[in-house]
Parts: sequence; C-alpha cells; structure tokens
Amino acid sequence: MGEKDKLEHFEQAILPHLDAAYNLARWLTRNEHDAQDMVQEAYLRAFKFFDGFHGADARAWLLTIVRNTCYTWLDQNRARDMTTPFDEEIHTTEDNALNPSAMALKSSDMEMLKQSLEQLPAEFREVIVLRDLEEFSYKQIADVIDIPLGTVMSRLARARERLKRILCARLKEKP
Amino acid sequence: MDCKEGQRLIDGYVDGELDLVRNLGIEDHLHGCAVCSGSYQERRALRDGIRAHGVYFTAPADLRTRVQRSLRQAAGTTPARRRMPWQWIRVVAPLAAAAVVALILVPPVRGPSPESILTQEVVANHIRSLMVNHLADVPSSDEHTVKPWFNGKLDFSPPVKDLVNQGFPLIGGRLDYLNNRPVAALVYQRAKHVINVFVWPSNKNARSEAAPVTRQGYHVFHWEQAGITYWAVSDLEEGQFEKFVQLLKGQSPTTS
Repeated sequence: MGEKDKLEHFEQAILPHLDAAYNLARWLTRNEHDAQDMVQEAYLRAFKFFDGFHGADARAWLLTIVRNTCYTWLDQNRARDMTTPFDEEIHTTEDNALNPSAMALKSSDMEMLKQSLEQLPAEFREVIVLRDLEEFSYKQIADVIDIPLGTVMSRLARARERLKRILCARLKEKP
Repeated sequence: MDCKEGQRLIDGYVDGELDLVRNLGIEDHLHGCAVCSGSYQERRALRDGIRAHGVYFTAPADLRTRVQRSLRQAAGTTPARRRMPWQWIRVVAPLAAAAVVALILVPPVRGPSPESILTQEVVANHIRSLMVNHLADVPSSDEHTVKPWFNGKLDFSPPVKDLVNQGFPLIGGRLDYLNNRPVAALVYQRAKHVINVFVWPSNKNARSEAAPVTRQGYHVFHWEQAGITYWAVSDLEEGQFEKFVQLLKGQSPTTS
C-alpha cells in the first residue's frame, strides 16, 4: 500500500472519530489548547501504527492511542494529576445522598457537574468519560485502558461514588 | 442475594453489563431492599445527568484541518518530524543499520537538514497565513495588547516590539505551530508587504545568526538572541528586510 492510499484509507477509518478523540483528550488534559495538541499528536502516532490496525474497532483503537499520548504528557507536565489523593474534606458520611427525583440535576447544574468531573483523578475521570459519554462497553473500556475486564465495574463504581460526593458537596455550598 | 453483593453489582446493572442470572438476582434484590434500590436510583440520576448535560466536548472546527495537514505532511513529501523519539526506536534501529550498509556501498546522498526543513516550514506558514486570511488572532498595533494576549496560550512570553516609527508597524499577533511546538507569530507590515516573525524559546542563550536564505521568492532571516529563536519571513525587498531585522535585534541599521 502506498503512502497516499494508506492516508486515504486512514482518513476514512479514523478521522470520523475526531470528536471522540478530542473529548477524551479535553477531559484528560482539562484544557482546550493541550487537548488539540494531544489529538494532533495521537493522529500522527495512529497513522504510523496504522499497519498494525486490523479494522476491528477504530474508535477504541484510536482512543487507546489518545489516552497514551495524554498520559505521557500528564506524566511530564502534571505529575500530581496521576496520583489519587483522597479528598478528606469531601469524604463526609453525613447525608450526601443524591435525591434523584427531587434534584434530577437541573440544566443549571451543568457547570457544576463539569467542574466536579474535572476534579476527579484522571483514572476515574476516564472511565466515566468512556462509559457515559462514549457509551463504551466494559470490554472496550478494559481494552482502551488496559485493565482486566473484572476491574472495570469496580473502578466505575468508585469513580461514580467519588463524583457523587464531590457533586453533593458542591450542591450544598450553592446558595 | 445480599446487600453486599447487590451494592457490588449496581453499576453493572445500571450499565446493562450483567449476565442473565445476576441480572435477575439483583432485580429481585432491589424489589425487596430500599437501601440498594436507593443507591440504584442515585446511580441512574447521576448517569442520566452526565449524558443529558452536554459535558461532551466536540472538536473545534479547525482541528480537523490541522490534523489533516499534519497527516499529509507525515505521509507526503516532507519527512515527518519525530515528535517522541523513544517511540520510533524500533523503526529507527533497523534503518540506522541499513544506513551504515548503504554508506559503505553507495555514494552518500544528502537529505535536507533539519534547518532547511524548518526553513521550508517557516515559508509554508507564512504563505498559509496570507492565503487563508488568518493573519492575526489579535489584530492590534499596540504591543501592550499583543503581548498579554499570548498569556496562557504559550509557555513563554514573546518579545513584542512596535516599530511603527521606523516604518514597520506591528499589525497583530497569532498562535502558530512550528518545529513541533506552538509558537508566537508577530505580524508586521511595510507598504503592502507582510512580515511574519515567528518566535519561541531557544535552548541556547548565546547570540547567533544564520545567513539569510531565499525560498520561493521569500526571504528568511533566522537568529537567536537572549534565549529566543527568531524566524522572520517576508517578500519584502532584502535590503529593507535586513533593516527591519536589525531594528528588531535592537541595533541601529547600518545606513546604506
């Protein structure tokens, strides 16, 4: 396959997933500018390795590369984001149940939801993004972030629990 | 099924990822257990909130163009720049071995040097900035507007100097991408001629300069000064351009 054919084939298969790539990169880097750099970088890497891609699941394959690119960057730029600090102040056990019917997250809470999600450590943020925004199956998530299938459910459970706590704390602070 | 098992499986249930047996088991448990049923409702509310609240970031309009452009470059005529060297070791090692053999067997053929590739990139960016009508992100002749505009967009603060009194008014600045990094582009004008000055931090502190070159009718000046790399490109007549470069360097131009 010539470089030109390869590029054409690549663009057809991989370029449609640009939004997914950007969304993940944006959530992992937490800013627009770096997210764009990450996407560009990831596409170049994907193109290099395109011969090794056998057409099964282009979106998951691309997001694996986007994720690795972002983690390399996070590693170099914000080592602190890789750790999972335990937020004592929000880990209160008193009444922080979401009242699903009464609250049902109004649209005005969107900004708050975004901020809460951004506050999660990267390893929790990414499973929620992959599951609830990309609607990936557990199997796809396991493949992308390279953990055993059995771990996906428990990581999602921890991530959502943590998100809920942060969100509840923020909702309570709200005047 | 007990609550411990119920709690463990709630996320799998919400996500529709349980097998039939466990699915029936947890449904049965949720009917009879208010606590687990509450947790289940909570999880649903949270998930539905995330899905419904537009927290999905769609790619900015120009990202596709940018990605395509860099892919073309990687696939096509210009050799791809190695952005993360360690990733390419596997590719590079056999090539290096082949190169050694080739050096012995074949007379050497020189490829373009990194410097000359960069020169080409500089010229290409200059032309592109004129073509797509995207000369300035921040159109302003005020250095105190242009310089702060770069704050938060770059990891350095570009030196911005207005040379309007010397006949080279600053007309704006924009973000650009060169040498595998975001750079500042400062735009000056002389009559109808546009001058792009690309700047980014250099790892050298010493002052150095390269001889000006001409590519496709555009003159390119390159120098390093006070830890900053400068590339200036324009179709301006070379003598005037040189005067501009000297002004930018902070020297008074030699009268000619």
